[in-house]
Amino acid sequence: MSAGRIDIERLHIRLGQGAQAFEAVRDVDLGIAPGEFVCLLGPSGCGKSTLLGALAGHLSPAQGRIRIDGQPVSGPAPSRGLVFQHHTLLPWQRVIDNVGFGLKMRGVPKAERDAQAQALLASVGLSGFEDRYPSELSGGMQQRVEIARVLINQPRVLLMDEPFGALDALTRVKMQQLLLQVWERIRTTVVFVTHDIDEALFLGDRIVVMSARPGRIIDQMVLPFGRPREAALVTDPAFIALKRRCLDLLHGAEPLPRLSPLGTPAAAAAAWRFAL
Amino acid sequence: MTEAIIVLSNAPAEHDSAAVQRPDTSFRWVAGALSLLACVLLWHGLSTAHVRTPWITFANVPPPLAVAQAGLELLGSPKLLNHVLWSWWRIAAGFIAAALVGVGTGLLIGRFGWAERMLLPPVEVLRPVPAVAWIPLAILMFPSSEVSMVFVTFTGAVFPILLNTIHGVEGVDRRLVASAQSLGARGWAVFSQVILPSAAPSIATGLAIGMGTCWFCLVSAEMISGQYGIGYFTWESYTLQDYPGVVVGMLWIGLFGMGSSALIRLMARRLMPWQAVTRGAR
Repeated sequence: MSAGRIDIERLHIRLGQGAQAFEAVRDVDLGIAPGEFVCLLGPSGCGKSTLLGALAGHLSPAQGRIRIDGQPVSGPAPSRGLVFQHHTLLPWQRVIDNVGFGLKMRGVPKAERDAQAQALLASVGLSGFEDRYPSELSGGMQQRVEIARVLINQPRVLLMDEPFGALDALTRVKMQQLLLQVWERIRTTVVFVTHDIDEALFLGDRIVVMSARPGRIIDQMVLPFGRPREAALVTDPAFIALKRRCLDLLHGAEPLPRLSPLGTPAAAAAAWRFAL
Repeated sequence: MTEAIIVLSNAPAEHDSAAVQRPDTSFRWVAGALSLLACVLLWHGLSTAHVRTPWITFANVPPPLAVAQAGLELLGSPKLLNHVLWSWWRIAAGFIAAALVGVGTGLLIGRFGWAERMLLPPVEVLRPVPAVAWIPLAILMFPSSEVSMVFVTFTGAVFPILLNTIHGVEGVDRRLVASAQSLGARGWAVFSQVILPSAAPSIATGLAIGMGTCWFCLVSAEMISGQYGIGYFTWESYTLQDYPGVVVGMLWIGLFGMGSSALIRLMARRLMPWQAVTRGAR
């Protein structure tokens, strides 16, 4: 399962109903190469998660189009894995069954599901936790299971919505390193949403900076850092220079309430019951 | 029926009361036994002293010892089993029907807007009608008094089950649904793998409450149109001026109601082991 090219053309996304409707994403043009690690950086509520939701197929654009390997996006699909800020593991399933969920949906027999899930759990350092329930794990472990669960589908595109935003600083750094280790083996295309400048600079091949609402692309920078990346990178002069540039770009942006890849909390709550 | 509404608003709070759920068990047993003993002693005092006031009189209330004696006599007689079996049969029939209808329509109403718009208005109108108020119409509608009693039992149980099921389905985290869809789940799989298990704890709460209201309604129905049954036994004892028998009947009803609700909770706990984990019982 290679490829994973993303083409976004003149994309506009509107959220909300009636008088509360607003434009969350305005006129975004973006091409992402197969296997590229792109970080979407912008102030809170700027529409970067909205853009991610459209890539995942949970939100439909008002104008413009999104194609993955030439195919237009119409609804969610296992080839586009989505990781939320807070885990969405099924509380009633043990870790191993959560990880094997995607295979179950494809009708893979239990023994094979378990074997693959076990291998993936080992690769995120969670061997021995197969029989736990999600609520028995720490926040960092839950996110690792969440990532393993998405990777079992061998997605062409991995969409991550501030996946480490709710973790403490130390765990966050560990998770960033783990993600890079895993990604260097599978080399899928990654779109990683964050408002943390250090995180974006540490992880990405390229950073796409978005403005405050309505979200537009205001700058892009290709990061010159080699891989594998070491923790010491954050004190590198080139790193600090780029960080300053990002800070200047984001300076003065008023953070707005966070949006999610599923839209605004109220509008999506009204709409989802028809989604089945 | 007010019970159902109260629990409806309490249900979400139940999930995060992990710490409150587990006081010291031995202390609980002692406290429970003491409070029961205190009730019996109070009853004994009031009834043997024949306390009379203009508002309430205990002159005709049988004391605990007389009730215990009547209870033991009834235990030895074949009458008890007959009454109990009839009541159980009606409870089983009414409750199972209510569970099927309540969970079924609840899932529809909670999941689909068209079902809510079509089915919820009649539910809202009928919900406040107490099951006892259905008795005359039930007698008129069903030629067999047996079926009319089962029907009244059914009406008592169906609303708490229905409302808790709707509540459970509407409370499903939409992120879980979206995430499952992104992992390849569609249509029925989303329903069976995400929505149903998500709503299960709330449905179980509805079933446990429904079981309680079931007994409440059955006894009312049996008092009016029964020939056997524990509620009928209670009323018959009253008409025969066997006052200890009245209290014996009441105690049996209480025990069965409590026992059957506990049974539902036990089954729910067996079927939903992850609930025990979130409550810190493991």
